[in-house]
Amino acid sequence: MSTEPAMLALEGIHVDYGGISAVRGLSLEVRRGEIVGLIGPNGAGKSTTLNAIMGLVPARAGEILLSGRSLRGRTPEKVAQSGVALVPEGRRIFAELSVEENLQLGLAGRRTRSGADEDIAAVHELFPIVEEFRRRPAGALSGGQQQQLAIARALVAAPDLLLLDEPSLGLSPTVVDIVFAALQAIRERGVTVLLVEQRAQRTVALADRTYVVANGELRLTLTPADAGDTEKMVAAYLS
Amino acid sequence: MTPSLPLAVLGVDWQVLVDAVGLGAVYAVMAVGIGLVFGVLRLVNFAYGQLIMAGAYALAFASQWNWPLWAAVVFCFGVVIALSLAMDRAVFRPLRTQSPAVMLVATFAVAFLLQSIALLAFGPLGKPASSLGYLNRPVTIGSVDIRKITIVAIVVAAVCLVAVVLLLERTRAGLHMRAASMDFRTARLLGVNANRVIGSAVLVSALLAAAVSVVLTVQNPLVTPDFALRDTIIVLAGVVVGGMNRLLSATLGGFAIGFVTGLLGGALPTDQSQYLPSFVFGLVILVLLIRPAGLFARGGTQVERV
Repeated sequence: MSTEPAMLALEGIHVDYGGISAVRGLSLEVRRGEIVGLIGPNGAGKSTTLNAIMGLVPARAGEILLSGRSLRGRTPEKVAQSGVALVPEGRRIFAELSVEENLQLGLAGRRTRSGADEDIAAVHELFPIVEEFRRRPAGALSGGQQQQLAIARALVAAPDLLLLDEPSLGLSPTVVDIVFAALQAIRERGVTVLLVEQRAQRTVALADRTYVVANGELRLTLTPADAGDTEKMVAAYLS
Repeated sequence: MTPSLPLAVLGVDWQVLVDAVGLGAVYAVMAVGIGLVFGVLRLVNFAYGQLIMAGAYALAFASQWNWPLWAAVVFCFGVVIALSLAMDRAVFRPLRTQSPAVMLVATFAVAFLLQSIALLAFGPLGKPASSLGYLNRPVTIGSVDIRKITIVAIVVAAVCLVAVVLLLERTRAGLHMRAASMDFRTARLLGVNANRVIGSAVLVSALLAAAVSVVLTVQNPLVTPDFALRDTIIVLAGVVVGGMNRLLSATLGGFAIGFVTGLLGGALPTDQSQYLPSFVFGLVILVLLIRPAGLFARGGTQVERV
């Protein structure tokens, strides 16, 4: 077994959010080069977990380790500059800025300036609309195009670890296909991914490992082989 | 020679018109200074006038010590920047996560504290700042006498506004400031450094306050503890009238209220000049009744009503 520390390790984290205990003793691991899924019903604590990793909400207890180094207590910008990029729920693109300016903002999280042009060219290749519509206000893009921009913006930061919070939410089936195909391509480029999703079956099929959470606790770990097992999938959600 | 008919009816001549543009230009610069900080902190800095007052005292002392003009101006900028950064460190940053109401009240406190310090340290009578007094002399253009300071004010304002636009539109720091003013949380998630963005906004805002100090001390060379207080209140009203949420609308609001103040000041008979603020604020109320989101705010902006 490799002795290299996991890219991301959550060790029994507790997070309070809005006066309630949203995440309770959650532990999980994402190894370098993996796609790991995190699924569960609404209010299970998935987004809160991502927000805690990013330093937006404090973890009351437990440890958050990035390649063995603690992220606890770091500000969101310091976490971003440590090599973690988040594609937030609802995309959160800057509607009044141009597509190109949105992409430029993604560069703020880079640890080094060198290679930025190559990374921008690579995301243009992955998402051609980002190059085609670069001069348009980002708010003029469709929902699916905005989601592609949000992922592209995270990728130009050249992160080691990419967190995605429900990237397929509110998108048409065709666009969902584009997003999932992009995730596959991102994995092939060596970026490690933690994917929070509602589309359980697709996530389980894509990810190396999928954690099922409910009420802030880890309930089950699924593998791609479980994606075809409808009973197990339903049981996971009802657990 | 009088301009077009409506202005002629008000008794406004070209000289009043140019002075009004000059005042509008200075107020527009103040509006940008207030608007930049509001953009990133959602904080209405009521103490902005006291930054200008501090710069004015710096110019008054430099003039008393017979410093050369360049040294006086550098001293003025240095004092305003230092005070502004100290204000950011001591008040804005610790209160950054508090509600806008808490921050507003805190800036009130800072404003009155600084004014009281000035009153205790320098007395109520005022100190003259005369280094740039020669700019009050007029030049004649056509048949119109215009004070040099009016031209200087317009040029300084234009340079400041163009510089701010270039900073915001053409530089990385400017892009970060714009993004932070739209959605600070997401900007931070992308790696935009919150303290650096706020520091940049505070610094640029201080530079503009210092430039305004220089212009206002020429127009009003007697520096007192309430220096620029009235101007700040008028500009704050202008910023609200223009539309607080966008820098451009806030700037236009600042210019508009300065222009109208200058125009009414010129139109009112001398014995009725004490009514000037009543006229200006009457207009402010009227505009806000008709367009509560702001005169220059984008269409469709909803304002919650009780």
